[in-house]
Amino acid sequence: MFDALIGPFIQFDFMRRALFGALVLALGAGPVGVFLMLRRMSLTGDAMAHAILPGAAIGFLIAGLSLPAMTLGGLTAGIVVAVLSGLVTRYTVLKEDASLAAFYLLSLALGVTIVSLRGSSVDLMHVLFGSVLALDDAALILIACITSVTLLILAATYRGLVMECVDPMYLRSVARIGTPLHLVFLGLVVLNLVGGFQALGTLLAVGLMMLPAATARFWSADVTMMVIIAVATGMFSGMGGLLLSYHHGLPAGPAIILVAGIAYLISLFLGRESGLIRAALPRRHLEA
Amino acid sequence: MLHRRNIITLLAGTMLVGASSIPALAQERIQAVATFSIVGDIVGKVGGERLDVTTLVGPDGDGHVYSPSPADARRLAEGDIVFTNGLLYEGWIDRLIASSGTQAPVVAVADNIDAIPDGGHGDAHDDHGHDDHGHDHDDHGHDHDHDHDGHEHDHGHDHDDHDDHGHDDHDHGHDDHGHDDHGHDDHGHDDHGHDDHGHDDHVHGEFDPHAWQDVGNVKVYVANIRDALIAHDPDGAELYSSNAEAYITELAALDAEIREAVAALPEGALVITSHDAFRYFTHAYDLEFDAPLGTSTEVEATARDVARLIGTIRANDIRAVFAESLTDARLIEQIAREAGVPVAGTLYSDALSPPDGPAGTYIDMMRHNISLISEGLGS
Repeated sequence: MFDALIGPFIQFDFMRRALFGALVLALGAGPVGVFLMLRRMSLTGDAMAHAILPGAAIGFLIAGLSLPAMTLGGLTAGIVVAVLSGLVTRYTVLKEDASLAAFYLLSLALGVTIVSLRGSSVDLMHVLFGSVLALDDAALILIACITSVTLLILAATYRGLVMECVDPMYLRSVARIGTPLHLVFLGLVVLNLVGGFQALGTLLAVGLMMLPAATARFWSADVTMMVIIAVATGMFSGMGGLLLSYHHGLPAGPAIILVAGIAYLISLFLGRESGLIRAALPRRHLEA
Repeated sequence: MLHRRNIITLLAGTMLVGASSIPALAQERIQAVATFSIVGDIVGKVGGERLDVTTLVGPDGDGHVYSPSPADARRLAEGDIVFTNGLLYEGWIDRLIASSGTQAPVVAVADNIDAIPDGGHGDAHDDHGHDDHGHDHDDHGHDHDHDHDGHEHDHGHDHDDHDDHGHDDHDHGHDDHGHDDHGHDDHGHDDHGHDDHGHDDHVHGEFDPHAWQDVGNVKVYVANIRDALIAHDPDGAELYSSNAEAYITELAALDAEIREAVAALPEGALVITSHDAFRYFTHAYDLEFDAPLGTSTEVEATARDVARLIGTIRANDIRAVFAESLTDARLIEQIAREAGVPVAGTLYSDALSPPDGPAGTYIDMMRHNISLISEGLGS
């Protein structure tokens, strides 16, 4: 048992790196996912994944197939899209989903155009996407930095973020930090996504952000509890997925997300908060 | 207003494009379109100065996952004859051909080769699968020798009777290729392609398309290209035949060179690279390859395969691994780092390098690969 669970990580450096990457990523992406979910912005991650293409393409045009340049470009493009759509949402009649859709599609079209003008048939997103099994020092440092920044900013803005989720009108009435807070938060989403692409290799990176958050919602109504459960679920998925990939030959990135997906499905049925089975049972615990 | 003016400009532009394609058709040189760099190079060698070859997926481009542009559709529409690899290597080509409305005949140059079924992953188990084909492989080898020894005789034979070329050698039992050559419409070719797949009861796409990794297959490519060109342009028959003959001689030399280099490798040499594009090479030259990724560049590695490869490198005292030109090198670098061996260079498998690179032509590519392998693994 010990051998099956721990052995691969002791034996192989690449497994240790993969595990470290997945755990650190889960630590940052979990809380971000919870706040996204509470704001009903769960699909933002997918949209942002497309929005980073033009930045990556411009990085490619300037520096060739250079991972730092493309990462920086992608981050910039993602943050620009996030901030613009956030501002449009706050100051016009357009809602968050519509403004984000508009900007990410604009961004995606621009990206495809830039790539095509260069005439290269290299799949840029593929270059930007790493593999969890191929995390080199640079990728690990990037992920660690992203998570550190995420945790620091979350710690500093936690009360405000919670209030923004629960009662944005109240926050607006007592302080004027709602909009800047929202924009900073969207920046964090982009940061974590780019880190996730490096690690998980596909658009599935969004899964490590949203699935643990959705899972956590079935177990607690308290934001802090949800964050803790989401991080734990993400970490468990990372380790479980890697072990599945190691023992059963499943592709590593998808395996991690599948484990998170199974955790979600189990919670959907068994969860304490409105889980399907609990909800169907008579509420015995109230009688005591 | 602005909109209307734009539309008019667009229309005028379209007409210009349409008009400019007419003189292109009237030009002396035949406009051949090849789907990717390797096929383009071989077509150019056979066609010589009678051909202008346009390549859709250029050097260092990945033909597996290419997304064509309208300019590509235009090139197809303006082309006189279109060459694809076939075996579903270019998954995007059928739709592009249909949408371009091209009237040009479409030639799958991998027709009539001994296609290897695509086992999917780069597992060691697949290597056993290769053994099943050992017999075919031997036949193949005989053909090579035949070409080596007696290509003077073959020359006359081929020249008289193009239709038979390759068929008897490969025992596919086709009877309609010759008719196609003369009737030469693309429908005939399509049907032909289907029969080709049908004879082994395999579904489309179940073959490994990287057939050019066996120089023997490329001789068949050359024959297919020559026959198609002659059918399209009978006036050039002599040139095409002599170009093809000269190129096949070069290929035979290359083939012998590769065999020699492989024979000089230490016993049990194993080439570990990024993706499994070298099955035909293994098949033809008896050099084992292994990779964490399958035949497509589109799949993801599993931890088990990576661990297995690291174990293989350590257990068999393998001295080097190899990156691949179109594939993300990070995974193979990780494997090399952990197993404590160097990455001995970049193999070119699915695309040529730009002309100034190490693999600007098909023959250069094969030479580059085998010399890298010899340097990396040789004693």
